[in-house]
Amino acid sequence: MTIHGYKLPMMSSLLVWGLLWEIVGQLDLTFFVPPLSEVLVTLFGLVQTPAFLRALSTTAYAFWVGVISAIVIGIPVGILMGKSRLLDELLLPWVNIFLSAPLTALVPVLMVLFGFGTKTIIITTALFAVWIIILNARAGVRNINRSLVEMSRSFGASPLDAFFKIYFWAALPEILGGVRIGVIRAVKGVIIGQLLISIVGFGALFELYSSNFLMAEFWAVLIVLFALAFTLSEFLAFLERKVAYYAASR
Amino acid sequence: MPVTDSAVSVRNVSKSYGQVEALRDLSLEFPRGQLTSLLGPSGCGKTTLLKIIAGLLPASSGTIEVGGKAVVGPGPDRAFVFQDFALLPWASVIRNVAFGLELRGVARSEREAKAEKYIREVGLAGFEKSFPHELSGGMRQRVGLARALSVDAQVLLLDEPFSAVDEQTRRKFQEDLIALVQNENKTFIFVTHSIEEAVYVSDQIAILLPRPSRVHEIIRPSISRAQGLGSIRRDPEYLDIVDEIWASLRSYVE
Ligand SMILES: Nc1ncnc2c1ncn2[C@@H]1O[C@H](COP(=O)(O)OP(=O)(O)OP(=O)(O)O)[C@@H](O)[C@H]1O
Ligand SMILES: [Mg+2]
Repeated sequence: MTIHGYKLPMMSSLLVWGLLWEIVGQLDLTFFVPPLSEVLVTLFGLVQTPAFLRALSTTAYAFWVGVISAIVIGIPVGILMGKSRLLDELLLPWVNIFLSAPLTALVPVLMVLFGFGTKTIIITTALFAVWIIILNARAGVRNINRSLVEMSRSFGASPLDAFFKIYFWAALPEILGGVRIGVIRAVKGVIIGQLLISIVGFGALFELYSSNFLMAEFWAVLIVLFALAFTLSEFLAFLERKVAYYAASR
Repeated sequence: MPVTDSAVSVRNVSKSYGQVEALRDLSLEFPRGQLTSLLGPSGCGKTTLLKIIAGLLPASSGTIEVGGKAVVGPGPDRAFVFQDFALLPWASVIRNVAFGLELRGVARSEREAKAEKYIREVGLAGFEKSFPHELSGGMRQRVGLARALSVDAQVLLLDEPFSAVDEQTRRKFQEDLIALVQNENKTFIFVTHSIEEAVYVSDQIAILLPRPSRVHEIIRPSISRAQGLGSIRRDPEYLDIVDEIWASLRSYVE
């Protein structure tokens, strides 16, 4: 963005919103919005406490295991759906249903099935992320240039060769896009899981702070969470740009 | 020209796509070490025939033999050059050229040495590390050609390889192709839309008629290439054959 010919750095609009927040907070209009400066001071104190670090590691563990499972399952399933008509017809309706379903409503069912522990949180996280990863991998494969497939066949590629040397790479730009959106959904999934299933990790912190009206702490944790999710998504967007050079020329 | 043995024999091949009958009872012999062009109006089944020979498509009936063996699928005795190049956009030129060898399990150092040789041969030395999107259409087609040459197949199948390049490049490619046929002792099957191009580069031209396609006529130009390639286009026989082919095709275009 430029103003009067000056190029503003990325996200300078955040400064404006931060300033507004500070003003509203200083005006003391509502206990719900403490001044940003107070929130930031709380944040720096908070991130050093053992309670926060424990919450971070619990959440990170559930998050990563969930995301990795979603990726490891989602990409091959999506690729196979893109390759096989039969599989596609069988699975596509389900993928679409789960993609748009209110998954939160499923969490109680998962609790009955898998108990009240980390396992269920991990499954919830994976469930939030996996559908969009499947759909994107499928879309990537369906866009593939047919003559690349014929080329690999004509040079004697086995189905496994074709999978790893053609389909995966051809679909990679879409796959990365799917993983990026999946990761953002997984953040939602892990927090919802922690709030609904067993009050642990960041979920427990949110619960603690909001029920005791500790708004500065509440906002501080939210900012940390936002920053982590944003960094992750930017990193994946960076990977996406790295393969963009061939996304247009497939 | 002495009649040599056939590298590829197509016998009574028919092919239907559902209701569409593309080829009907087509038979054709491809002499070893020579270049045969498939010439015919658009949609008459040239690509279909080429893919059947490549083993990429099954014939509805009939048999194909390559080097005396029946074709049941793709094999190392044939290499395909694709009209749209079919290069891996995420791989460098050298990996693209070596890709056929990679799929055959040739060790990396060996296949890259071979790829380098063919990259030089098609005039792309210095571009080994480039990516397809950094190359012009003509250069991309050279990569596709180098890839097909590097697997050392006896039969090269080329589907309108020059249709995406400009006229100057095309003429240069045609000369290179003639040299290749003379030096490589391989059998070339070449699909083209251009009558002039077919007469210029071919030892044998098979004229196909519109669907359901059969071989209408086989022409063997006996133009001498001894006085240099430059004179071919002024050779009276070249001009006669071009006219003759046009005469037999024009009724189908109109
Ligand atoms: N996958 C397919 N499914 C149905 N019909 C097809 C398919 N591929 C080709 N055909 C039909 O078969 C006929 C021959 O097609 P083919 O591509 O072999 O023609 P061609 O001679 O290569 O044409 P061109 O010179 O335009 O490339 C066409 O009429 C086409 O419509
Ligand atoms: Mg064609």
